[in-house]
Amino acid sequence: MSELDAFRHEVRLWLDAHCPAPMRELTRGEEDIVWGGRRWAFRSEAERVWLERMAERGFTVPTWPKAYGGAGLSRDEERVLREEMARIGARSPLESFGIWMLGPALLKFGNEAQKREHLPRIARGEIRWCQGYSEPNAGSDLASLQTRAEDRGDHWVVNGQKVWTSYADQADWIFCLVRTDPAAPKHRGISFVLFDMATPGVSTRPIRLISGKSPFCETFFDDVRVPKENLVGELNRGWDIAKYLLTHEREMIGGGAGGLLGTRPIGEVVAELAGSDGEGISDPLLRADVMRAEIDTLAFALTMDRLRDEAAGGQGIGARSAMLKYYGTELNKRRTELMLRAAGSDGLEWEGERSGGGRLARDWLRAKGNSIEGGTSEVMLGIIAKAILELPGA
Amino acid sequence: MLTLTEEQGMLQEAARGFLSESAPVSQLRALRDARDELGYSRDLWRAMAELGWTGILIPEEHGGLDFGHMGAGLVCQEMGRTLAASPYISTAIMAATAIRRGGGPGQQARWLPAIAAGEAVIAVAVDEARKHDPAGTALRAQASCNGFRLDGHKTFVADAVGADAIIVAARTGGEPGEAEGLSLFVVDARAQGLDIERTLMVDSRNAARLTLDGVQVDEADALGPVGGAFELLETVLGAGRAGLAAEMSGIAQESFARTLGYLRERTQFGRPIGSFQALQHRAAHLYCEIEVAKSAVLAGGQALDRDPTGAGFLVSLAKAKAGEVARLAVAEAVQMHGGIGMTDAVDIGLFMKRARVAGEWLGDASFHAGRIARLRCF
Ligand SMILES: Cc1cc2nc3c(=O)[nH]c(=O)nc-3n(C[C@H](O)[C@H](O)[C@H](O)COP(=O)(O)OP(=O)(O)OC[C@H]3O[C@@H](n4cnc5c(N)ncnc54)[C@H](O)[C@@H]3O)c2cc1C
Ligand SMILES: Cc1cc2nc3c(=O)[nH]c(=O)nc-3n(C[C@H](O)[C@H](O)[C@H](O)COP(=O)(O)OP(=O)(O)OC[C@H]3O[C@@H](n4cnc5c(N)ncnc54)[C@H](O)[C@@H]3O)c2cc1C
Repeated sequence: MSELDAFRHEVRLWLDAHCPAPMRELTRGEEDIVWGGRRWAFRSEAERVWLERMAERGFTVPTWPKAYGGAGLSRDEERVLREEMARIGARSPLESFGIWMLGPALLKFGNEAQKREHLPRIARGEIRWCQGYSEPNAGSDLASLQTRAEDRGDHWVVNGQKVWTSYADQADWIFCLVRTDPAAPKHRGISFVLFDMATPGVSTRPIRLISGKSPFCETFFDDVRVPKENLVGELNRGWDIAKYLLTHEREMIGGGAGGLLGTRPIGEVVAELAGSDGEGISDPLLRADVMRAEIDTLAFALTMDRLRDEAAGGQGIGARSAMLKYYGTELNKRRTELMLRAAGSDGLEWEGERSGGGRLARDWLRAKGNSIEGGTSEVMLGIIAKAILELPGA
Repeated sequence: MLTLTEEQGMLQEAARGFLSESAPVSQLRALRDARDELGYSRDLWRAMAELGWTGILIPEEHGGLDFGHMGAGLVCQEMGRTLAASPYISTAIMAATAIRRGGGPGQQARWLPAIAAGEAVIAVAVDEARKHDPAGTALRAQASCNGFRLDGHKTFVADAVGADAIIVAARTGGEPGEAEGLSLFVVDARAQGLDIERTLMVDSRNAARLTLDGVQVDEADALGPVGGAFELLETVLGAGRAGLAAEMSGIAQESFARTLGYLRERTQFGRPIGSFQALQHRAAHLYCEIEVAKSAVLAGGQALDRDPTGAGFLVSLAKAKAGEVARLAVAEAVQMHGGIGMTDAVDIGLFMKRARVAGEWLGDASFHAGRIARLRCF
């Protein structure tokens, strides 16, 4: 037996023994995701136990080093773990911005103390993070951000405003881009800092989305004291970290958080929604669009695998994350459009039990944000044109 | 792992180097302008045999390399880049697969070493109407003396002109539309009653319409079970489709590379046209589509190597996706070249023409999307 097969065998036995039955049911959506954090209220004992056991094994962040709460798995081993979890339909025990975004950035740019302090807490789901990037006047042109951090000797004082900060009202800490040198060219005066959302002077105001939910906020900083040791990397070089983090965010949104992987084939879902009872999809235009979506989704999933296979050990996929972000989110928008079309007027119900609280309509609306959050589709195409295709600047 | 093995990577390199030297686009242009009888260069075919490529799917005991479908696809991809014309897909991929998987020892000994050596060209004749429809085969094979008598016609038969033999799909039973009752026969190209009419196609390659009027074959000329060869035919078609998908991926990649070059070099309004965002975004979108198609092609090739008879789903995915993407790539290439893209002097139009034929051959995107939908039950 090869080492990988031995690992598979071990993981299979372990998962069989440790994954509680309720955690083997298909995730319905947001209401089944565990985000963790100081204020997290587990919805069931199974949820709590599953997170605890997985964190114990380092399986919430399988490729991170053991010293920081991971399991130190290779890419191949991680793939085996994913496959084995999929085999029994095991849910992800924990999702978080800490896992997707901050963790990889800290592993690369953080100092030892920062890694030891923050990574294990992310791995165990104890601290929930939010992302303080966008500002009212700095969206696609993120580097023009204005939130200031002034040097007061042993600490910084942060003033300014962020916006569209997902789950800021529920987060414990924030990773935040601040301007530390207003005189420097815009990319050269930005620093990457971490602070506790409970610090005096931090306040949040939820914003309601078109889907009727409020997962993001305006976030205000009014003379917020941030200890000096919370600076990550070099002063005024935060843009490099910001960009690196974005490549991870984009890969994530494109592949997973976009809602694509681990979901049922679109043809099956649409046929069911259309109530066709195994007769196929009778609406010819819908069927043709579903066929295209099915083909693109399958080929895109293969592309995710291929890029991961090609990526040299843990280095990430760089600018090609823009491709995954663009293609994956546009596909997810198509998917929710098709589902809504199939469901007809049933899909337009906004409240009530029959529609699961308007799930189809709300998911459809929420998906529109996929091609905006983490950098818009247009910005992704611009990155591909410049960084990959090396087309001349305007 | 959706990546090439080291050996596959080496083959790809070698194929790229050889074909850009020995079969550049100018070769196709010259063959076309000379109205070459075969539409391909016999010298090139011989050289490909010397490199072992014609035996890529043939077992070693018959003089082949037995390198697999992934390898065959890489050669096709590189042929797509230079539009190299040759009977590679019909002979080295489809006929070799048919004889290897469906031929008796005698047929294998007769044909496989000859294909590997570049001495035999064998076409595969399936379609009878304007759209690909293998189960729709109507050409009749009626028992007569010690074999069968074939009557009917075939169309869009690649590389039939100048071929030594033609593998003909015929109906020994059942009705058109049914898988039951299909048979495959190896027909000598000089057989009495066989008429081969060259059809000049948009891509200038070798293609023909066949008329079979009382063509006599022996029982021993059958490949696979008489009346039950549909599965074998599917395997043969699958191998060919994967090759075409790879060729179209090569066409898309090359026409895109040429377009990118043009976007950098062509100046209008005092700047390179590649600096206009309207073109940049379309180029970036096309890049993504080409990358996605490449993954499907790779997965289709690997699936065939794992199981040549059970790869239909992924091969259809590859053919459908690569077909759509090649179509987009050549359309964008012509458009972004502006007026010059419309000229015969520039190669882009030749890529557009071949992409169209490769897309149609062995089933267009609609055909393969339909298969995928049926396999996925919607
Ligand atoms: C659901 C959701 C969650 C989010 N969560 C977070 C979060 O947690 N933290 C955070 O910091 N931010 C978050 N964001 C913000 C997100 O990153 C920004 O919305 C995004 O970067 C776009 O910025 P903007 O909204 O200011 O749009 P703008 O930049 O004003 O863009 C408006 C339009 O112009 C286009 N455009 C802009 N520049 C160009 C250009 N150069 N070329 C062509 N077109 C261009 C854009 O593509 C877009 O279509 C979230 C957004 C959404 C929708
Ligand atoms: C069949 C045919 C017949 C013709 N007949 C005539 C005729 O009778 N008389 C005559 O005078 N001309 C004629 N033309 C020429 C035609 O008008 C030009 O080809 C056309 O204006 C484009 O110019 P171009 O070929 O130099 O392409 P370019 O201007 O070099 O354009 C190349 C590509 O860049 C794009 N592009 C250029 N500038 C921009 C921009 N600012 N933003 C975004 N994209 C841009 C174009 O859309 C195109 O895709 C003919 C052309 C054709 C194809």
